[in-house]
Amino acid sequence: MRKNKLFLTLFVSLLMLSSAAWSDDAEDNYKNYCWQCHGMTGDGMGLNVQDMSVQPRDHTSAKAMGGRSDADLFKVIKEGGLAIDKSVLMPPWRDSLSDDEIHGLVKYLRKLCQCG
Amino acid sequence: MRYLFLFVALTVANAAVASEGMVILQKRCVSCHEISGPAAQSVQELWQRKGPDLFYAGSKYNAEWLKKWLVKPRRIRPAGHHPIQHIQPGKKRDMVDTTTLRPHPALSPSDAEEVTEALMKLKASAEMMGTAVFKGGSISASFGEMVFDKFNGCMACHEIEPGYGGLSGPEVYTAAKRYQADYLVSFITDPQAWNPKTPMPNKHVSAANIQKIVQYLQALAKENWDEKK
Ligand code: HEC
Ligand code: HEC
Ligand code: HEC
Repeated sequence: MRKNKLFLTLFVSLLMLSSAAWSDDAEDNYKNYCWQCHGMTGDGMGLNVQDMSVQPRDHTSAKAMGGRSDADLFKVIKEGGLAIDKSVLMPPWRDSLSDDEIHGLVKYLRKLCQCG
Repeated sequence: MRYLFLFVALTVANAAVASEGMVILQKRCVSCHEISGPAAQSVQELWQRKGPDLFYAGSKYNAEWLKKWLVKPRRIRPAGHHPIQHIQPGKKRDMVDTTTLRPHPALSPSDAEEVTEALMKLKASAEMMGTAVFKGGSISASFGEMVFDKFNGCMACHEIEPGYGGLSGPEVYTAAKRYQADYLVSFITDPQAWNPKTPMPNKHVSAANIQKIVQYLQALAKENWDEKK
């Protein structure tokens, strides 16, 4: 019986995997897309920053992040830096992330900066 | 006895169906590379793939480059296939722990020939390719760099010469040597069509500027980087 249940769970997960749009949790998304520039600890000192002309925002700083509303953060993640008159170096993520996943990242950023 | 003979005959027939290159791929490559697809559908699944997908190799690589690289592979991604598995926080930025990067297995020239032939038969679907193609033409390296770096911010993640540029993506100064021009146009137009969970964003570069970027990558690839390194 137990085995059957395990098998069923496996089967259902496989089914879910095979259907295209998979929603990842915010921490995985932050690691996969944002770490490259914003850094493993979110402090803005990522792998890529050495030759970047504008430095990525420090997501752990309440001062740098506190003035932004959730709607502001949602917009810059979805549409990129240019959409809010900031650097082209902050990419738009609307093709990588669903709206739900972006909302998840906004919450995650609030945890990092402990603000809002 | 008779059955044994039949068994041997069947096995031989089977081997004839699978090309020699395919046999090598199955034996020595599939532990790290996906050769039948599809692309990873979740971030976790992506991180479990030890090497880049090869199931559309025939629409991606230049056969001449493949043959040479498989005999004498050198690093393409300065921070490994999944940088998050090879970095640690440093004083000024996250640093690559190069001791965790392993050299790529090498093949003999004749095996590389067979494997290249088998790989070039693996074609991408029409949905992946899209409709955009490279239209030819050339551009000065300095104007190309403006389009790549200033206007579109691509250098944030890509080195445009050894030691200059971002580290999370593959080096692009050899990209046009490795990849077919139509693939480059297609991938930059819609990276998620090739790999839904790729860390490369779609930057919505205009169609005209994508042509310029590929011209620029071709100009970069003409330099003899091996000598300069
Ligand atoms: C290619 C490098 C790069 C990547 C990858 C990147 N960012 Fe950024 N980000 C930047 C830069 C540079 C800035 C600073 C822009 C400026 O100040 O003009 C920035 C700024 C921001 C800001 C502050 C915007 C504001 O209101 O001023 C937020 C929020 C942000 N990024 C979130 C993210 C998230 C979430 C991800 C991952 C989904 C991400 N970034 C991935 C480079 C990057
Ligand atoms: C131990 C895991 C592993 C094995 C086994 C392996 N590869 Fe790889 N392969 C990798 C990794 C990791 C990379 C990325 C290397 C880099 O970017 O520097 C790679 C890169 C490649 C590339 C270039 C991909 C690109 O688009 O840049 C090709 C082609 C390739 N491998 C073919 C093969 C073939 C053919 C075999 C079997 C003979 C093989 N690999 C065996 C891990 C592996
Ligand atoms: C946030 C980092 C980032 C930015 C910004 C970025 N790339 Fe990439 N790029 C990557 C990564 C990571 C890969 C490896 C993709 C993969 O393996 O799925 C890649 C791959 C590529 C490739 C090779 C395709 C392949 O299959 O290896 C080309 C060409 C390329 N990018 C061009 C560009 C251009 C042009 C731009 C600007 C419009 C750009 N990139 C912006 C991260 C980035």
